[in-house]
Amino acid sequence: MERETSRRAFLQAAAAGLGLGAVITVAPADATPAAMEDAVRKVVGSSRVSKGRVKLELPPLSENGNTVPLTVSVESPMTPPDHVRAVHVFTELNPQPDVVSFRFGPRAGHARVSTRIRLANTQTVTAIGELSDGSFWSASAAVVVTLAACLEDA
Amino acid sequence: MANALVNVPPRARRGEIIEIKTLISHPMETGYRRSQLGTPIPRDIIRLFVCTYNGTEIFRAELHPAIAANPFFVFSTVATESGTLAFQWTGDNGFSATESAAITVD
Repeated sequence: MERETSRRAFLQAAAAGLGLGAVITVAPADATPAAMEDAVRKVVGSSRVSKGRVKLELPPLSENGNTVPLTVSVESPMTPPDHVRAVHVFTELNPQPDVVSFRFGPRAGHARVSTRIRLANTQTVTAIGELSDGSFWSASAAVVVTLAACLEDA
Repeated sequence: MANALVNVPPRARRGEIIEIKTLISHPMETGYRRSQLGTPIPRDIIRLFVCTYNGTEIFRAELHPAIAANPFFVFSTVATESGTLAFQWTGDNGFSATESAAITVD
């Protein structure tokens, strides 16, 4: 009888410990899809963002969120009257929605950039292309991340 | 000190689109991590990368903590004339690094 109560007390303590652990791991502030929306608005202002013209290449499944290869390209003739001015990349669930902004001009030849990014979670990444005529185009890609970046201990 | 690596084709035909690759060693500390003692590790990132071709800016990237450690970029430009491509990285804690590459255009 006495053994049973001590076992119960132990389990209760263990459960409390687990609960505490869960509270601690949840703590870091994540950007939410709404925060991403705000970040996008800051870049595009009141302009309309249409789908298309931008191509965002990301692996559908990433084992390591610390380095995820990303390639973004925009269909454009890249001539002085008609070129891509900038490409911005955003994430929904990283601690900060901004990832990177690339700026180039007609001298780029084609609007295509590759880099490596960090993803804190399984989420959707959005790229927005800013054209010389002032229009904005977007593309999104969903990535499943098995090992999250940003939040591990050093 | 920072170790930068750039890959620019040494020769190109005029008007050809060339691909440029750059890599620099940098931890890109996000500022969201904690040490084993629980103290936050301050942010230390490269914030800006600029590439100029004979003094004219051709490419610029504004970086945030979501860029992986050792920032790597691949971009392109039209080979217009012989000269130098200069690369500059600047960031937190006074970080600054430069690299350049020569190109012959015929």
